[in-house]
Amino acid sequence: MKVEAMRIQDIQKGYKEKNFSAIEITKDYLDRARKFDGSIKAFISLNEDAALRDAEAIDARMLKGEEVGLLAGIPIAIKDNICTRGMKTTCASKMLEDFVPPYDATVVKKLKEAGAIIIGKTNMDEFAMGSSTENSAFTATKNPWDTTKVPGGSSGGSAAAVAAGFAPLAFGSDTGGSIRQPASFCGLVGLKPTYGLVSRYGLIAFGSSLDQIGPFTRTVEDCALSLQAIQGQDSMDTTSYKGKIEGQYVSELQEDIKGLRIGIPKEFFQAGLNPEIAKAMKDSMEVLEKMGAILEEFSLPIMDSALSAYYIISSAEASSNLARYDGVRYGYRSNSFEGINELIVNSRTEAFGKEVKRRIMMGTYVLSSGYYDAYYKKAMLLRSKIKDSFANAFESYDIILSPTSPILPFNIGEKLEDPLQMYLADIYTVSINIAGVPAISIPCGFSRSKLPIGLQFIGNHFSEKQLLKAAYSLEQQLGIHQVMPVLKEV
Amino acid sequence: MVFETIIGLEIHVELATKSKIFCSCPTTFGSSPNENTCPVCTGMPGTLPVLNEEVVTLAVKAGTALSCEINRINKFDRKNYFYPDLPKAYQISQFDLPICSKGYVDVALGEKSKRINITRIHLEEDAGKLIHLEDEPISLVDYNRTGVPLIEIVTEPDLRSPEEAVAFLKTLKSILQYAEISDCKMEQGSLRCDANISIREIGTEVLNTRVEIKNLNSFKEVLKALEKEEKRQRELYQYKEEYKIQQETRKWDAAKGKTIPMRSKEESHDYRYFPEPDLKPVLIEEDFLKRAIENIPELPEERKRRIIQQHGVKEMQVDILIGQKELADYFEEVLSCGANPIEAANWITVDLLRVLKDIDISEEGVPIKANYLAKLIELVQTGKISRTAGKEIFDEMVRTDKSPEALVEEKGLSQISNTSELEKIAAEVLSQNLQAIEDYKNGKPQAIGYIMGQTMKATKGKANPQIVKEIIEEKLKKVQI
Repeated sequence: MKVEAMRIQDIQKGYKEKNFSAIEITKDYLDRARKFDGSIKAFISLNEDAALRDAEAIDARMLKGEEVGLLAGIPIAIKDNICTRGMKTTCASKMLEDFVPPYDATVVKKLKEAGAIIIGKTNMDEFAMGSSTENSAFTATKNPWDTTKVPGGSSGGSAAAVAAGFAPLAFGSDTGGSIRQPASFCGLVGLKPTYGLVSRYGLIAFGSSLDQIGPFTRTVEDCALSLQAIQGQDSMDTTSYKGKIEGQYVSELQEDIKGLRIGIPKEFFQAGLNPEIAKAMKDSMEVLEKMGAILEEFSLPIMDSALSAYYIISSAEASSNLARYDGVRYGYRSNSFEGINELIVNSRTEAFGKEVKRRIMMGTYVLSSGYYDAYYKKAMLLRSKIKDSFANAFESYDIILSPTSPILPFNIGEKLEDPLQMYLADIYTVSINIAGVPAISIPCGFSRSKLPIGLQFIGNHFSEKQLLKAAYSLEQQLGIHQVMPVLKEV
Repeated sequence: MVFETIIGLEIHVELATKSKIFCSCPTTFGSSPNENTCPVCTGMPGTLPVLNEEVVTLAVKAGTALSCEINRINKFDRKNYFYPDLPKAYQISQFDLPICSKGYVDVALGEKSKRINITRIHLEEDAGKLIHLEDEPISLVDYNRTGVPLIEIVTEPDLRSPEEAVAFLKTLKSILQYAEISDCKMEQGSLRCDANISIREIGTEVLNTRVEIKNLNSFKEVLKALEKEEKRQRELYQYKEEYKIQQETRKWDAAKGKTIPMRSKEESHDYRYFPEPDLKPVLIEEDFLKRAIENIPELPEERKRRIIQQHGVKEMQVDILIGQKELADYFEEVLSCGANPIEAANWITVDLLRVLKDIDISEEGVPIKANYLAKLIELVQTGKISRTAGKEIFDEMVRTDKSPEALVEEKGLSQISNTSELEKIAAEVLSQNLQAIEDYKNGKPQAIGYIMGQTMKATKGKANPQIVKEIIEEKLKKVQI
């Protein structure tokens, strides 16, 4: 089996049976990335030397028969907004082009403890603002299924890395769909955990009340395993959940879903939904019904306003979160300034991209005195209504099903000059972040043009176990997760 | 027309915690620049604040000591503005749900007492410090103070004169020190005060345009700055030029002795407050509240009552003692070394206070060790040394840190109280001064004084005069017979 087709469990099996070593596997992935990433541009930086050293160390430990972690010897890619000690973490921004964090994000710490091998940092929309990975200050990432298309965003680099077979596992962050939408565009499994399940410490903040880190994998089982490795309360993040959480997802995936009540919100199936995607949803729903799930259409009414609420709240938080990049302590500093005000203004003007500036301005505006009540306060009210309407829905249903994206992967450059069109790409994903509930996107078919289509399962708070179970059952029935894109070398 | 002055204060107080409000860096004052910093308090990307619980405890204590309501649900907000001393470009503070509200302080003004209401107390983090080099065109920044926990105490505009403002501040400082909430050192910036001041015609209830004054670094400066601004505004009212009073922030320039405009209302920041998403609202549980309140140390009024009751010290002296917590602490420390309370109170309120005119004990501590003063009191009380010698030793102890015994020895000041020894010396003196005895016999009682003087001279002044007097009187009586 070639590395690009391997799932985490295949690699683990290989290690157990001594078919290959971690160093061989790591080298293979790195070789493949070097060979093909010229046409994909999934990575901002590769971590070759350290990755090989880590692989060697894991090999030594496995050889001695030592107890190793959940992800021992698994090469992984990490979105470049998650801090890695001693490794550049740029947020795909000129502002942090040379920023080397002196600390690991809690997730990175946990991944290292679990034995994972970081092979590189992936491209993204600058500061995670965007839905196509075109807003990177460095380069646009291409969709491995069709390199004229975007991979989705903002975690497009991580999605492309797994889809292209540069790593079996990558991590991204999801503020309004930034894991699920690229997972959908790249034919992968992508999970946004419940807000608070995974520590945000070391994730460079965009919308603090919405951000969560989650995995991209080829299969639901790999997703379950990865979540086990990164989840849990963290004393460095007081918004991380202190209650009891499920520890085991993998072992219980195979339970059947007979009697599972699945709600179909009709607002997610209205005008604007690509008919091919609608058809793929219908097919999957039939499969689920055949498996014994009970499907029912219902109304989740305030969803039309979710997008506005999302852009107000996320931009407000972003305008404050990104204020620290002032050229004083770290990051980009302008060469020409006189006095402190110019230093700050010029540094920010020169180093932030267009979309980032747009969000900072929007966020500053909605928080300004005189506008606060009309925008931010209203959005917060909407937020509590959206939360309520999800809570109500989960009284009747175990899970909600929807498309992940209303549209198929679009052409590179197509929506770049039309931010509103770009924002609409998130219409099915943002409300989930606003409510703080978990959601998973899994591949459920292909368009006629052979572009992947993603289906989203939404669960109640901390119901990841059930979510993964449903996703696993559908995945097994559909059996499309073995299809791979064909890459060209440049 | 008769005018009155309306003053309200905003007081920032650094809480006496060991570590900062949102990270575990120490709060030590005077460390080398940026020594007490970490990724969290320097606002590195990806870091998050974690609330130090001790901060909540101290704020609850402060609120209770100032008779406030404790808001069992309160929350943090972000106050956004750009400044190099503020690493995140926002300060984590409390906006619409502060930890305490509606309190008061009763301030003694001469014979009367006046209640000054407190609007609110909220929690926030301190900013860093900019250092402007004298001969280089650059500024440096020290983030040691960044994240040191603060409470901001806001009063109602209840103060009617600069003197009242200072009297309030002194009372407030004393309460906060007694409750061990802060060391309240104005010169180190652990207690800082901004003042809002306006003028109105007596008998009206309007609140006219107010001016905020910043940079008041001592009680003396508070008084001077407010008097100056009060005068400026009163003059403008007097000549009907009051429209010239703008709502603005003025900075007190202590060297020039005047306030200078800093920024007008138009230039004031729009802080764009919004709820801090990185911190959950603070929920104060019943148990937590109870524990915090139970652990409030004795406050000034309670301590005054106790010292009077327990030690029988005069109220006037106790007022002096409790006026400065360090002094009251010192007094009780001297007592715990075994000193007589009345004597100790006398020595401290008279002799020590004379010395303390030039020493700031909150900075340097009391210059005499408590056990030394207790020993000195004992030496005088038991007659080992004379009171005069005691004063001499007291003054010496302020300058050196030698023990009173060592000083008695060194200066040869110990008093001879041994009766048989003194009798011998007195007999000797009498035998050499027969003329004086004769005078005494002839009805000149002042001769006793002469003989006593001679005896004291013979002992180089070390004799206990009381005993010498008794011995000589006794001996002269015998001679008479």
